[in-house]
Amino acid sequence: MTIYIDNKPYEVKPGSNLLEAVLQQGMNLPYFCWHPALGSVGACRQCAVKVFKDEDDKTGRLVMGCMEPVKDNLRLSVEDPGAKAFREQVIGWLMTNHPHDCAVCDEGGSCHLQDMTVMTGHTCRHYRFSKRTYENQDLGPFLNHEMNRCIQCYRCVRFYKDYAGGKDLNVFAAHNHVYFGRCENGTLESEFSGNLAEVCPTGVFTDKTLKSHYTRKWDMTWAPSVCQGCSLGCNTSAGERYGSLRQIANRYNGEVNGYFLCDRGRYGYEFVNSDQRILQPAIRPHSNGTVNKAHIVDQVAQRVKNGRTIGIGSPRASLESNFALKLLVGEDNFFLGVSGSDQDHASLALKILREGPARTPSLQEAGEADAVLILGEDLTNTAPMLALAVRQAVRRKPEADAMGQIHLSDWQDAAVREAVQDKHGPLFIFHTVPTKLDELAEDVRRGAPEHLARLGFAVAKALGADIDPVTHLSAEENALAEKIAASLMAAERPLIIGGYGSGCDHMMKAAANVAWALQQKGHNPMLSLTLPEVNSLGLEMLGGHRLDTAIDVLRQGEADTVIVLENDLYRRADAHLIDEIFLHAQDVILIDHLYNRTAEKATVLLPAGTFAEADGTVVNNEGRAQRFYQVFVPKGDVQESWRWCLQIAEKAQVRSLNGMHNLDDIDWAITTAMPSLAQLQHLAPHADFRINGQRIPREPHRYSGRTAMLANENVSELKPAEDVDTPLSFTMEGYRGEPPSPLIPFFWSPGWNSVQSVNKYQQEIGGHLHGGDPGIRLLEPHLNGGPKYFHEVPDTFVPVPGHVHIMPLYHIFGSEELSMYTHGIAKNAADYCCLYLNPDDIARWNITPGDWVTVEMDHHTCRLVATPNHWMPHGLAGVTAGMPHSPVVDLPVLAKMRVSD
Amino acid sequence: MEAHYWWIIGGVLFVLLNTAAGLIWLERRMLALWQDRYGPNRAGPFGILIVLADTLKLFFKEDWIPPFADKVVFVFAPAVVVASVLMAFAVVPFGPGIVVADMNIGILFFLAMSSLGVYSIVLGGWASNNKYALLGAMRGASQMISYEVFMGLALMGTVILSGTFNLGEIVEAQKGMWYIFPQLLGFVIFFIAGIAETHRLPFDIPEAESELVAGFHSEYSGMKFGMFFIGEYLGITLISSMIVTLYFGGWLGPAFLPGVIWFVIKTFVFIMVFILLRASMPRPRYDQLMEYGWKVLFPLSLLNLLGTAAIKLIIDK
Amino acid sequence: MFSLLRSMWLVFLHMFHKRETYQYPEEKAPLPARWRGRIALTRDPDGGERCVGCYLCAAACPVDCISLQAAEAPDGRRYPGFFRINFSRCIFCGFCEEACPTYAIQLLPDFEMAEYDRQNLVYEKEDLLINSQGKYPGYNYYRVAGMAISGKEKGEAQREEPPVNVRSLLP
Repeated sequence: MTIYIDNKPYEVKPGSNLLEAVLQQGMNLPYFCWHPALGSVGACRQCAVKVFKDEDDKTGRLVMGCMEPVKDNLRLSVEDPGAKAFREQVIGWLMTNHPHDCAVCDEGGSCHLQDMTVMTGHTCRHYRFSKRTYENQDLGPFLNHEMNRCIQCYRCVRFYKDYAGGKDLNVFAAHNHVYFGRCENGTLESEFSGNLAEVCPTGVFTDKTLKSHYTRKWDMTWAPSVCQGCSLGCNTSAGERYGSLRQIANRYNGEVNGYFLCDRGRYGYEFVNSDQRILQPAIRPHSNGTVNKAHIVDQVAQRVKNGRTIGIGSPRASLESNFALKLLVGEDNFFLGVSGSDQDHASLALKILREGPARTPSLQEAGEADAVLILGEDLTNTAPMLALAVRQAVRRKPEADAMGQIHLSDWQDAAVREAVQDKHGPLFIFHTVPTKLDELAEDVRRGAPEHLARLGFAVAKALGADIDPVTHLSAEENALAEKIAASLMAAERPLIIGGYGSGCDHMMKAAANVAWALQQKGHNPMLSLTLPEVNSLGLEMLGGHRLDTAIDVLRQGEADTVIVLENDLYRRADAHLIDEIFLHAQDVILIDHLYNRTAEKATVLLPAGTFAEADGTVVNNEGRAQRFYQVFVPKGDVQESWRWCLQIAEKAQVRSLNGMHNLDDIDWAITTAMPSLAQLQHLAPHADFRINGQRIPREPHRYSGRTAMLANENVSELKPAEDVDTPLSFTMEGYRGEPPSPLIPFFWSPGWNSVQSVNKYQQEIGGHLHGGDPGIRLLEPHLNGGPKYFHEVPDTFVPVPGHVHIMPLYHIFGSEELSMYTHGIAKNAADYCCLYLNPDDIARWNITPGDWVTVEMDHHTCRLVATPNHWMPHGLAGVTAGMPHSPVVDLPVLAKMRVSD
Repeated sequence: MEAHYWWIIGGVLFVLLNTAAGLIWLERRMLALWQDRYGPNRAGPFGILIVLADTLKLFFKEDWIPPFADKVVFVFAPAVVVASVLMAFAVVPFGPGIVVADMNIGILFFLAMSSLGVYSIVLGGWASNNKYALLGAMRGASQMISYEVFMGLALMGTVILSGTFNLGEIVEAQKGMWYIFPQLLGFVIFFIAGIAETHRLPFDIPEAESELVAGFHSEYSGMKFGMFFIGEYLGITLISSMIVTLYFGGWLGPAFLPGVIWFVIKTFVFIMVFILLRASMPRPRYDQLMEYGWKVLFPLSLLNLLGTAAIKLIIDK
Repeated sequence: MFSLLRSMWLVFLHMFHKRETYQYPEEKAPLPARWRGRIALTRDPDGGERCVGCYLCAAACPVDCISLQAAEAPDGRRYPGFFRINFSRCIFCGFCEEACPTYAIQLLPDFEMAEYDRQNLVYEKEDLLINSQGKYPGYNYYRVAGMAISGKEKGEAQREEPPVNVRSLLP
């Protein structure tokens, strides 16, 4: 479709609006209320352009670019003096009450309002009267509120309520007193509240954790990174200043996270700055302080060389680190440092995705689904961004219906929402406890995980899967299974979500069966399986033995040294088992970045780089390998875990790691050793990649203070660090144009200082980045041959007398290890010592709610507070999984329970 | 050799080296005066001790030889300029009988020695192994070789008039009339060539700090730089005294002052002219310099030679 | 040729002109009020630090010799946690002063800051902060800005209305 912008013809995408079309061509047109993910409402009147009837029309008419669809041969003018004057006038009005605040505003320097004001040419406030003011609210530990700065674009409520389903942010008052906030002070409830800082075009909502160590966008050293908070692998940009990580900003990826992040991802970075960091190597008990690095590498190499060493990998370490450790200790001696149930889940997920015919969708594709079945997952807490995608997916069907009736495009946000009302597409949730998505579901089933899995099998059976019949279901449940089957069959893009969230692997099997049955019926289902940690799938693809066999090996004296990679073993198995490792091993060498319980006991500590101080690759639940880049050069002897392994290997003369020194070497070794990971070769440009002979700078061109920031230590400036692993440079020197998509450290474009500059990096607005989105899918469905269904239907859950079956309950704040080092997240975290029990059970056990009960597992007893939760089925109990001090680690577990004295 | 020769040699060396050093002060002071400043006026009376301070400073500076330089030549080069200029002074008659070597080929010796000075620049620039130094050295070489030609040709006029190469005899020959009058053109050409030969402003193209950092001596520091520095001032003194000897009657003057004093006064005037030139002239472009030399001065000097010879022939006949 | 001689003559005549030089340590040159010399951080009329740590001076600095860290006091005022100028790099261009939105950083008519040790040219906030309003007496940024600090609530800045009552729908 051709339109004429200022008399020049341009090809545009049919169905878009004029604003998108203009931005698409790389031109500048100011806007506020429009957001590529939220659509248009025409509230701010800022994107006015002139549209002309035909070539001879010289008068034209002003229209709002975001509200006008493109038509073939449409003629419009951005540069028309009338339109320009109008836009300047509008921003003049918007600014009448804007406070004289930029110097103390955290948005300054990445402010859309600043950019647009400069773009329109509005330089002087002509309004002579006094300014309106507002009182602010305390919105909790994540967001700062400064209502004076508001320009009433309504983006915040449109994102918070309409897009993310939040309930507690709203518009109050009327006319020019409109107020955006909560009805009273208090923490914002939505898990996506942090996005308000980026959605808000000015400084009403700003990042409070950034404020505590405030740095302007132009002063940070940025690098493309990947969120370490869950298995989804959202893309982030991490910014550093003065040796500490300052901010996590969203890094747009058209196939993964799009424009948003969850609060765990955005704020869970503060462990990097923690005072619990291991910064110097140490050997115990001889040195309790610092040791020469070369000496310690020698020592470790001696131990590796003499005697048998085993290595324990980690799902929160990169592929490179795990692989280096695996080669260092030898394939037979490499163990996966995950709990038994986590390993079961990961290997099952890998098997399903690798051998089954159903495709695993990217997050963006998941958001396009028109029917969703969630099996045993509380997505908001285990994979938050997937929950956000599901929130969009349930709108697809009613939206399509409505658009068919009112003939509008989907970006006509207000009109489409008016037409849709609160209709939802088919969404079915099977989970033991209520989830935040329940409000959108057509039907919700609760019960014991095994029972829900049976129901899932029943759905698969109803879809014609070749599995054993599911017996003992009520008529109602059978009807539900039929109904779900029918809904999924009617959908064009059904999405089945399963995962680890209820601690029951039958859920994943049920999900696979449903998806495969749909596939066999000739549908195109998407099967998304969540996993516990950022690199769970990558670790499983590398492969290794189970953790409990490592303990056996040590028990039998077959090994004397253990190298633990970025892992707090006490989170992986019950303490008495891990204690045995320390008992039997002569030396436990820990390569990690935080001083945790394992570090307390390890005999050798090697300081590892966090995601911000290391380069590496992780594989998300979709099977997408993604590269995260070192942001800054750490203090002390901190270095990448894989680099420690390589240095030890060099000293110990391990032949398989011979001659490897940097990231590219080790990636090359992975791709040659593991055919399933061969695609890693094409993941990102290699270290020798240059544009015009230049590296890509991590620092913006306006980066300040280079000759002063270290002058207090030494007035002579040091040579900047050089990066041998990547084509990025640690300085502001280098190629200033657009880098290849995997290497974009931050989004910036002339005149566009805020994140909104991402428009200039996209192939089409809201679409893929230029040159394709970063990341490579390693798993594609196996289409040959029919699906190998999981025939065996699980048995119904039967309470065991005198026992409780404890299942894990996940919480977005608390269940993840590293994010808990963020003060605000720890504050919002769930209680770690609660044992959630059915009130009837509590009565039957003769406990008063709030009493301590003793829970006995194999060799292991602990005390928990009995807390009533009437969603727990009889005989089933729940504890919040992964909490730092939680005494129950390996979940689910069958435990004896008695009332404490 | 007789004792008084040693006295002469010693005296000449003493005076010359002190003059060269004093010129450091003099030049700064004069430049300052012509630029409405005071110049060095802090150390000692009228700031004369700036010379001492400067020398001390040069001695205490790091005497650095770049690792990429050709070390032997690098050290050798600055000595050449001082040595060759001092050698040239051997033939200059400072007064009646006060001359180190009363050679009958004095002028040729002077030309030979001043040509040797080129080596200093070329070797220094080349040994520095630095592009600016090399460019400066090349410019210096071509400039000095070019201007040497008509420098020699220009002072052949005086030789024709006096019929001798011996500088003492040339001075004696001017008893009737200083050669500045018959040889005005020759004087102008010799003077210009002399500036070029000492590569002083405005012809300091081998150094040209605005383009070449410091030209051939970019890499020099400490006393090695000091040698170039002294060499330059000795050069000024040499050319001035040659001008005086050849065109302004050398030591000749009214009898109330001894000849040596007259010589010194006259030389001093020309040294001042050198400094004044520095204060008032802009630097020409390199190509302008060469063009001016070969296309203007060279023909003029030939013309001067022919004219002088012709007139001499006519008068003699 | 004549012009050359003429210019030599004119230059020669300068020997008899008046000297422009100030005999510095004995005779101080009169510095204009807007002379760009020593950099200082000034204070509000109420004695508070003017600098709010906005980083604009650092961004404007062409030699990148200013570095600071913004912090917020319990009373809501922003201030630089540390503020460092490396005067061994500073070129006294005055861009920092021009960029400063609060008149905090000012270049004062004083240039006598030489040191024997380069390290002593690194000035910290304690060295920079002076007890004066400098060239702009009377200016108080927080009286103009909309942000509330203790002692100046919302609506109390210059030309501000009292805060909106959110619960009222009255026109």
